[in-house]
Amino acid sequence: MLNRYANIYAALWKNSVTREMTFKSNFLLWIFVELLWFGLQISFIGVLYLHTDHIGTWTKWQVVMLVGASHFIQQIFQAFFLINCTNLSELIRTGKLDFLLLLPVNTRFLVSLRQVDLGGFVNAMSALAVVAYAARQLHFVPGAAQVAGFFVVCAAGILIHYSLMLLLASISFWTVRAQGMVWGYYNLFQIARMPDDAFRGLFKALFTFAIPMLLVSNVPVRVLVNMGSWGFPLALLLGMSIVCFLLSEWGWRASVRRYTSASS
Amino acid sequence: MAPHDRYNTGIASLTRAVKKYLHVINIGIQNNLTYRFNFLARTLFGLIPLLAILFVWRTIYEGKGAGSTVGAYSLAEMISYYLLVTVVDALTAVNEDDWQIAADIKDGNISQFLLKPIDYLVYRLGLFVSGRLTYLAVAAVPLALFILYFHKYFVLPASWTTLGCFLISTLLTALLQFFSSYTMAMLAFWVLEVSTFIFILFAFEYIASGHLFPLDILPPGIERALAFTPFPYQLYFPVSIYMGKTTGVELTRGLLIQLCWVAAAYRLARFAWNRGLRRYSAVGG
Repeated sequence: MLNRYANIYAALWKNSVTREMTFKSNFLLWIFVELLWFGLQISFIGVLYLHTDHIGTWTKWQVVMLVGASHFIQQIFQAFFLINCTNLSELIRTGKLDFLLLLPVNTRFLVSLRQVDLGGFVNAMSALAVVAYAARQLHFVPGAAQVAGFFVVCAAGILIHYSLMLLLASISFWTVRAQGMVWGYYNLFQIARMPDDAFRGLFKALFTFAIPMLLVSNVPVRVLVNMGSWGFPLALLLGMSIVCFLLSEWGWRASVRRYTSASS
Repeated sequence: MAPHDRYNTGIASLTRAVKKYLHVINIGIQNNLTYRFNFLARTLFGLIPLLAILFVWRTIYEGKGAGSTVGAYSLAEMISYYLLVTVVDALTAVNEDDWQIAADIKDGNISQFLLKPIDYLVYRLGLFVSGRLTYLAVAAVPLALFILYFHKYFVLPASWTTLGCFLISTLLTALLQFFSSYTMAMLAFWVLEVSTFIFILFAFEYIASGHLFPLDILPPGIERALAFTPFPYQLYFPVSIYMGKTTGVELTRGLLIQLCWVAAAYRLARFAWNRGLRRYSAVGG
């Protein structure tokens, strides 16, 4: 069973590689674009810290690390899921989803992982390089356990992004206008790279407990450099990732049921 | 033909032209209204990161102690800077015009305009205007509520003259935005995928036009260097007029420079179109 899915996924990868290599220069240009925007975010932090030496308890290199970690999570998410989530509404509108439903494979698996954005992995590497450089500036050498913990927590963050975005994309089953929502969610990535200390009140509650944007990148960095008390936020992040995943599975099933009945 | 008659025909053809492109604006508005839900989603989601940046600034000022400043900005001024950026951006930003123009070229839709007495650039300008009008109509309510929430920080301009100069400068900003996007879209005559190029220019514009932070909190050397590029005139300049940071001779000079950039961008847009068409007909013929 697992073996079969691994084989299918390998085939999907092969397709994606072939597709990307057909437009090599475009592939490289996109990597350059992402690198440019990443550099832009870091320069913004640089400008902020020209005028202060801390934001809440966060120092300059800690925030640079935060921007790096946030970029890493976003790029890995983008590599696996983003195009697939945004394409869902297209699959529904054109009726191509019928074809995927007929295949003897889990449809959610196919819809979510059909296309791989290889550039995302390259960009994720540049993000890790920034995280490592920031750690050096902090004179900090993490142990193996902390590094492992960092990646596990990042994975939980990616799972949250994926679950919420698939949930939003599933709205396409009800209305053709869902694409605006999906791109709207993309805006929220901008919050994820801001230091959590800057927020309080309703805003903080909303983006911690309902849409956990303030957890996904902040917690991994706090875990990695052992900053403040991160026990509770960590438990919350892991818990939220499971809740979000279950919620998206429920939403997905309800949506597909609706699709089947609508087309018959 | 007597000079008088010639004058009359001139007026008549001008009226016809104005009517023609007013019609374009009208159709554009109706088309755009179909996407009102998308516009609304975009506005609402766009306000969230803005709010987050304001919170970050608040924390920075709190950390520096009461009454502190960043560059020449108090916290209240910093917040009103971002509010004004949002307003000017809503009035002037190119929405999807560049993608649509590039798609028109790539799909060969522009052929029909070559046969009709319609100037494609003016036609697109009409659609750009209609896009901004519709966006404003949809975004006005959430935007107004947002500004109302921060109303303590939202200062009125110092005088009617300031307001007038601000409006003129905003209009020039819109034209500059449109012509530069139009020129970028002309790349579609030469390359298959223009989006990467558009995003690269947009990245520079995003940071150098004052989207992310006011340009005068940068080290003076960098700020002076930026003044030689068109970027500050794509957003920062009208905001600085409104806030009374640019006055007197500097204001007049700035407006003239902005006008020059608009004229240059217009020439470039025309030039790129003409060169592109030469290539286009070569491919099509």
